Amino acid sequence: MTAVDVLPSGERTHQLLGMRARPRPASALSSVTTLAWRAMLKIKHVPFQLFDVTVMPIMFTLLFTYIFGGALAGSPREYIQYLLPGILVQTVVFITVYTGMGLNTDITKGLFDRFRSLPMWQPAPLLGALAGDLFRYSVASALIMIMGLILGFRPQGGAIGVLLAIALVLVFAFALSWLWIIVGMLVRTPESVMTTSFIFLMPLTFASNIFVELSTMPGWLQAVVGRNPVTYLANASRGLMHGQPAGTDVMWVLVASAVIVLVAAPVAMRMYRKER
Amino acid sequence: MSDAIETSGLIKTFGTTRALDGVDLRIREGSVYGLLGPNGAGKTTTIRILATLLRPDAGSATVLGHDVVRDARRVREKVSLTGQYASVDEDLTGTENLVLVGRLLGLSWRDARRRSAELLEAFGLAEAAGRQVMTYSGGMRRRIDIAASLVAIPEILFLDEPTTGLDPRSRNQVWELVRRIAAEGTTVLLTTQYLDEADRLAERLAVIDQGRVIAEGTSRELKASVGASAMHLRLTSAEQRATAQELIHRVLGDGLLAVTDPMELAARLENPAQAAQVLAVLMQGRVEVAEFSVGNPSLDEVFLALTGHTAEHPVPEEAKP
Repeated sequence: MTAVDVLPSGERTHQLLGMRARPRPASALSSVTTLAWRAMLKIKHVPFQLFDVTVMPIMFTLLFTYIFGGALAGSPREYIQYLLPGILVQTVVFITVYTGMGLNTDITKGLFDRFRSLPMWQPAPLLGALAGDLFRYSVASALIMIMGLILGFRPQGGAIGVLLAIALVLVFAFALSWLWIIVGMLVRTPESVMTTSFIFLMPLTFASNIFVELSTMPGWLQAVVGRNPVTYLANASRGLMHGQPAGTDVMWVLVASAVIVLVAAPVAMRMYRKER
Repeated sequence: MSDAIETSGLIKTFGTTRALDGVDLRIREGSVYGLLGPNGAGKTTTIRILATLLRPDAGSATVLGHDVVRDARRVREKVSLTGQYASVDEDLTGTENLVLVGRLLGLSWRDARRRSAELLEAFGLAEAAGRQVMTYSGGMRRRIDIAASLVAIPEILFLDEPTTGLDPRSRNQVWELVRRIAAEGTTVLLTTQYLDEADRLAERLAVIDQGRVIAEGTSRELKASVGASAMHLRLTSAEQRATAQELIHRVLGDGLLAVTDPMELAARLENPAQAAQVLAVLMQGRVEVAEFSVGNPSLDEVFLALTGHTAEHPVPEEAKP
């Protein structure tokens, strides 16, 4: 029996494989937390995964502050008061793409076949992945705030204003992630998830008032940019951080997020349950 | 004993390709059952439908009495699937993968950890438990994948090509595992392209070709339809092939099997003694034989006998009757 020498004796396997009782299937909550735990483990084993949520925010904040600062607001220090809440929005919105890419990897590697053949609450793998991503978005947000404070950003709304702004950005990012989940299930490779999503993301983030005031744009563009949910989010983020009234903007961001989730989540779930 | 799996008239089409064209199966509880066929025959599609990952376009399938479409969740509670590609997370360690599955099945963290340690030991992976699966060899990967299917012992275990791409030693390990799992009462449904694998493991077989079951029975029954054994000859020159064919024909009648290599010949034998007769006749006819062997007929030969075409070279659509 040299061929099976790595296996233990038949007696021992009998004890192990004889266990017939199946546990009660895990609850919805415990399935989601278990899958969020998996997302954390992946970050632990592949720290490079945090590259996009660390390097990108730092790079964006530095680049835009110093390249545009002098021209747009007289000095980088003045410009960053306007820019930073927007850079937070842009960075986190960009990072949402990785949700779709991670999902696509799980599907192409066959891992989702295992999940889908387990008797668990079906949305758990998607929600677990999203929970892990919310952690990554939080890391990115924290880094941007630290960078901002170092560069001279002074939020008038204090810590509470900043936390509320971050919370709102996370809500929108959570909603937007559902769209990339759909893309992740539609296309064949993680790379095409990236390409497809950026076609939407580029106009979504740049055709907004993240970098410049709406009033500096031509009228027709104002009409478009003014209706972009990212503009509302950038306004709300600025308002909350600087302690100015932001109620209407906050409301529209919540409405937009709710609409995206209500439309995209059922579609995503349907596609997930279906087949590939 | 009752039926573990029953399908009737399963049809599944992907685009314009008809993957399954009316598959009927009855698989007894507590057996190892093999689905044998070439790539693209419909084996994987059948297994994916039974594991609730695909819905059939038409026809029905029940697993332990539960309909795979209407009672999908019930079915999932009783089966495990180890797919053709490792369905484990390569970034995670062996332990983490098994704990993950254990937790998703409803074990407590403690029980999940204990079960994981037990299984890793049982599968000879205790030393690799703390390493990421991406560092595992092919055989280890296959074992962790099967282990993940056994965190809770399923009533039915689906194994899709469990030994494809494994070296002979790892293959033997997987075979031994399958035997032990089946001995504990789990019904195993496995797909394979290798006749000898099906022959060693499965009590019964269904041969699948182009989305249909073309033969069903024990491996003995199937082999009886092809011939008890086959003789393979390699000549020293292709020029002597015609002469050799002629001589073999005299001894064996219609026993010649199709072989693509011009240096080789294969023939169906009714008994091994015929091999000696063939060699004697070839020697008298001054045909030089480089090597010869007598063994089980290959999948190609089974296919040829059952379908009239070899496994790798299906008859083109328009040439079919």
